[in-house]
Amino acid sequence: MTQVPVADGLFTWPGDDPQLIGSRCADCGIVTFPVQDSCPRCASTAMDEHLLARRGTLWAWTTQSFPPPAPPYVGPTGKEFVPFGVGFVDLGEVKVEARLTTTDADVLDAAVRNRTALEVVVVPVGTDDDGNEIVSFAFTPAPSNPEEHPA
Amino acid sequence: MSMDVAIVGVGLHPFGRHPGVSGIQMGAVAIRKALADAGVEWKDIEFAFGGSYEVDNPDAVVALMGLTGIPFTDVYNGCATAASALTLAANTIRLGDHRLGIAVGMDKHPPGAFSADPRDYACPLWYGQVGEFLTTKFFGMKINKYMLDHEISHQTLARVVNKNLRNGALNENAFRRKPMGEEQILESPMLNYPLTQYMFCSPDEGAAAVVLCPAEDAHKYTDKPVYLRATTVRTRRLGAFEVHSTWLPEAESVGPTVDASRAAYEMAGIGPDDVDVIQLQDTDAGAEIIHLAENGFCADGDQERIYAEGETEIGGRLPVNTDGGLIANGEPIGASGLRQIHEVVLQLRGTAGERQVPNRPKVGYTQLYGAPGTAGVSILTV
Repeated sequence: MTQVPVADGLFTWPGDDPQLIGSRCADCGIVTFPVQDSCPRCASTAMDEHLLARRGTLWAWTTQSFPPPAPPYVGPTGKEFVPFGVGFVDLGEVKVEARLTTTDADVLDAAVRNRTALEVVVVPVGTDDDGNEIVSFAFTPAPSNPEEHPA
Repeated sequence: MSMDVAIVGVGLHPFGRHPGVSGIQMGAVAIRKALADAGVEWKDIEFAFGGSYEVDNPDAVVALMGLTGIPFTDVYNGCATAASALTLAANTIRLGDHRLGIAVGMDKHPPGAFSADPRDYACPLWYGQVGEFLTTKFFGMKINKYMLDHEISHQTLARVVNKNLRNGALNENAFRRKPMGEEQILESPMLNYPLTQYMFCSPDEGAAAVVLCPAEDAHKYTDKPVYLRATTVRTRRLGAFEVHSTWLPEAESVGPTVDASRAAYEMAGIGPDDVDVIQLQDTDAGAEIIHLAENGFCADGDQERIYAEGETEIGGRLPVNTDGGLIANGEPIGASGLRQIHEVVLQLRGTAGERQVPNRPKVGYTQLYGAPGTAGVSILTV
């Protein structure tokens, strides 16, 4: 099945080590996600594309346990719906909202308390009208030894 | 000093499900009740502000009330729509343009969570396509983090719902009037952890209206005027943890409720310790807990003890959502904030019946909050 990203310019694609693509304000330095062409802090329009860190820590989370309204949701609905986690991941210079690969409350709670490293991955989220698999970014608990799994 | 404004009439169409009754018709019912309460007629009304999400033109209600040619301005400002209509109506009187006006809110939502095009909220389309463009998910994240940071238990969430449904049972205009045990609330299906099905309010239908005049005119209409001492509306600042955010900066900021609240206290010259009856935005059980602190009524984390000891009950030190709040009344967006004003006016007049706060409350407080990060606060006194 052909994979297509949910949006262009959202994360590096294709590739083994995806990175989210944000913006950095050339005037005040704030980092946004995704790319935006004006600064929400100083109103500058000098925004440069900026690749975000692949790893961060979980700052807040919840679960999505019922199907979101479709459209716009592109994933399976009704009985086919698969719950997913959602959270904010702190990447050091910006916190991004993302789907999480687990809905296990104990795992996610421990991830916040223990500042467990999470890593960005690309996951399937739905299917488009042409039968392509739509993929997007999500965060998952990172391999424990980053030396063995270079980011 | 700006001119004081008085509320001399309030009216409400019951909240809930009303098949066959349009939003405009509910608005007309609320207006007629508010006019009767003030002892005035529609032809006496010099201007109006109308708020709604589903009704494109609330001013069309003139077709049911009388085509008197008055200036009638429609407003929509998310969950703070009613606060905006009230603020604009009060300011119109303060400007001296008119001496008798009405603020009305009406809505008729289909069942289920609100849905919209993310792009209308300055969000990218993909945010909705991947299933993140949901207000309920934000509320789950926000209270989950708050509970972790401030040691609030799941049981306290259930206590909020239990209290508001008991208060709703005493309110003949409420949508949900059946009390529910804490276990049933906790064991209902999890929608967005830690929030279960019964911890959320529902979009529904209803209308509310308020008649206003300069304070110096109030005794022409009523022997129990309620004075609107402050109305404020604020939007989020950079760094606030707000609904429909794809990202947040590292530096954190307080939410718009805190800004609206501080401005309202300053405008009224009144502090949280002076408030006798409180209406807070309880879109979900967690929101009431967070808003209790954001509006200055307690420190973060004190809610665990405050709810356990019953301080937010009608007879407690901090009576919150005495008419059942959004959890018992649902949320017709355009009307919700004027429903809060309606309740506070009854409480300050001492006519709230079975749910009357004891010992003659003198100061009332209302707060609204909603997408995409807008808050409204009002302070009222007798």
